[in-house]
Amino acid sequence: MATMVTSTKQLPRRKSGSGPKPPGSNGRSGKGNGHEGPFPSYDSTANRYRVGMWVGLASILMLFTALTSAYIVRAASSNDWKALPMPRILLLSTFVILLSSATLEFAKRKLKASLESGYRTWLLITTALGVGFLVSQLLAWRQLVGQGVYVASHPHSSFFYLLTATHGVHLLGGLLALIYLIVRTSRPLDERFQSKRLAAAGAVGIYWHFMDILWIYLFLLLFFWR
Amino acid sequence: MSGEAHAEVHRHPAPTSFIRKYIFSVDHKVIGIQYILLALVAVLVGMTMSVLMRMNLSWPGTNWPILGTLFPGGAPDGMMTPEFYLSLVTMHGTIMVFFVLTTAPQGGFGNYFLPIQIGAEDMAFPYLNMLSFWVTLVGFIVILAAIFFSGAESTVGPIGGWTGYAPLSALGQIAGPGQGMGMNLWIISIAIFCVGSLLGALNFITTLLNMRTRGMSLMRMPLTCWAWFTTAVLALLSFPVLLGGGILLLLDRVAGTSFFIPGGLYISGLLSGADERFPIHTGGSPILWQHLFWFFGHPEVYIAILPGMGATSHILATFARKPVFGYRAMVFAIFAIGLLGFFVWGHHMFISGMSPYSAMTFSILTLSIGVPSAVKTFNWLGTLWGGRIRFTTAMLFAIGFVSLFVAGGITGLVLGQTSLDLPMHDTYFVTAHFHLVMGVASIFGMFAATYFWFPKMFGRMMNEKLGKIHFWITFVGVYCIFVPMHTMGIVGMPRRFAQFTEYEYLKSLHPLVVFVSIAAIATVLTQVLFYFNLFWSMFKGAKATDNPWEATTLEWNTASPPPHDNFAGVLPVVHRGPYEFAVPGAPNDFMMQTDPEPAEMPAGDGSGNGHNGHKH
Repeated sequence: MATMVTSTKQLPRRKSGSGPKPPGSNGRSGKGNGHEGPFPSYDSTANRYRVGMWVGLASILMLFTALTSAYIVRAASSNDWKALPMPRILLLSTFVILLSSATLEFAKRKLKASLESGYRTWLLITTALGVGFLVSQLLAWRQLVGQGVYVASHPHSSFFYLLTATHGVHLLGGLLALIYLIVRTSRPLDERFQSKRLAAAGAVGIYWHFMDILWIYLFLLLFFWR
Repeated sequence: MSGEAHAEVHRHPAPTSFIRKYIFSVDHKVIGIQYILLALVAVLVGMTMSVLMRMNLSWPGTNWPILGTLFPGGAPDGMMTPEFYLSLVTMHGTIMVFFVLTTAPQGGFGNYFLPIQIGAEDMAFPYLNMLSFWVTLVGFIVILAAIFFSGAESTVGPIGGWTGYAPLSALGQIAGPGQGMGMNLWIISIAIFCVGSLLGALNFITTLLNMRTRGMSLMRMPLTCWAWFTTAVLALLSFPVLLGGGILLLLDRVAGTSFFIPGGLYISGLLSGADERFPIHTGGSPILWQHLFWFFGHPEVYIAILPGMGATSHILATFARKPVFGYRAMVFAIFAIGLLGFFVWGHHMFISGMSPYSAMTFSILTLSIGVPSAVKTFNWLGTLWGGRIRFTTAMLFAIGFVSLFVAGGITGLVLGQTSLDLPMHDTYFVTAHFHLVMGVASIFGMFAATYFWFPKMFGRMMNEKLGKIHFWITFVGVYCIFVPMHTMGIVGMPRRFAQFTEYEYLKSLHPLVVFVSIAAIATVLTQVLFYFNLFWSMFKGAKATDNPWEATTLEWNTASPPPHDNFAGVLPVVHRGPYEFAVPGAPNDFMMQTDPEPAEMPAGDGSGNGHNGHKH
């Protein structure tokens, strides 16, 4: 194993050509890849977090697309589909998660204005609302169980439990990210750290809003799609 | 998430403890090697299973005492039960597709070389990278557990094929042997694998979009990077669908739902709902599973082969000492194959009773994949044409890849037509087709990659003489295995049958079956040479220089093996395209991507894409 990787010897010079050199004009014209002038620096932490987040969301979107297509096919494939009565508490869930998106935006504004304590407070409120949403979802489950509606009762109930659970697991991930942001507020603030903090908050914001919109979509699919 | 602010001359010290350096490493190079080692172990399991299957097919009724000792349930008196055979089919397929063909090309070589080839110090999210490997390893351990948890059931794992078709796979223990705990573990393993692959794909895409060094415009990237990128996009969009399907399947098995289980099933003497061992199921759609599975399954085929295509393009250009013919066309062909891959899953389901109109749509789309595939093939031939070819082992395997891709791909045009697929779908013709094009061609791409990049990875050369013997026996061997299978398929020999002793019309084929088995065993034994060469060269091979192949891309700019931060703190600056071989007026017959423009080159000549500006 000793020969596997990472010798740290200095790079020897090659025979021909010349090692890394400062860029300078390469005498090429246009066409999108002739780099004249300064190269833009693509890899800021913010960029990396943002791109990574959108890429991750694309895959989450595909998961829910797959489940949606299963939902539509299953609903059409047989006559055993019984529409589930909507647990009223889901309206509360919807309201709470919408509110949490707004509070997260307030938090980000405070951060941009470098108002540390305000940032922390709004993050805490957002986290509380997120927990509230999950509790409200659990209450909806309790309500259905109270009515004798279980996972295996009929296809609509199966999909209801499955989609809410899958969304809930993803939202739980968002909550962990929020808690991470809150923990990080205890570190001292400096210039370099501020940009990293903005990048992290930006990425978590994208995720949280996505979870919000995803819930609205699932809610409409489950109870208003016929 | 982890990310450090990178200053260009700032060096990252390598970790010093053994565990941080080699086990829980965040270095993409170590992770790449870990993925390759995982694939090297998994492929041994998969190959052993294929040999066992061949033995059962060729010498029915023979007593293999060792089998009887190892698997008293599955092979009483040393004779394999049909259930044992079917579980071998399942596990061979699953392990090969997921843990070999997906891990080695993408997780292994992609992880190691994508960051270096674009001039980055590491992946965008190193900790996520580490996580994706360890998640994948857990998936592998779970699939191995499936072998042993089914031991009492006279099988070596679940029965269901790598496709796990519902409703058989959805019913649980009552559906017969191989449907108990082993099947649950199979689904869980696949789900874990999905998560690992998704984390990896996310990392690949972000790295490629964000971490390219100065001057590394998209159209200056080596074709390998394009291939890994497209593969990552395919994985990102297809694995979630399998994950969703897997969750539904598992719920059908453990929670009593009916996503895939239709009503009124009568299985093992039990009627659904009439017996407490078989709870009531109504209205599920087994075809739904097929749709979800193949929506993933078809892109998965390209996940396996695209990295091989990238490596082949890269290696052909390097050893033909010519720029890749039609670089831009190659890039668009990779995209076209990837994109079309999402719209052809129905061709795996022609015999599911789908509407002829859907079948026709899928058929036309399937045949249209022939266009970008032909573009790639002709460009490979164009790259070779008139080149001063250096027949290294890597080059031989790359040429072998082209040969196998054509031989296996051409039958895709046969099977893509509904009228021909219907009679041939469940025969050896399909087995031959996908083994050649997806299995063996991809593996040849990886052999080529191994022989090509080994000097960079380990600082030593592999033995060329052993390599060439390995190539020739393997190359002839795989054709001896899979060409006769086409004939068997046309005669009508069905897939997945444990033995053919009962079928009069297949009796005349038996010598061919024995021939295939002997070829298979010989080819498998030849791989010992490869393993020996690999591990012997790691420690005893001749020392490699930094650029032994006189190649042009960034990985050959750094030391062999590269230091922890790849470029010793000085990120390279790219001035030209990736395949500038035989440039008129240049001092050498190759120009590295970092070489600045020579003074005698007329200004404005060529756009640095490596695809034009060089006349031969």
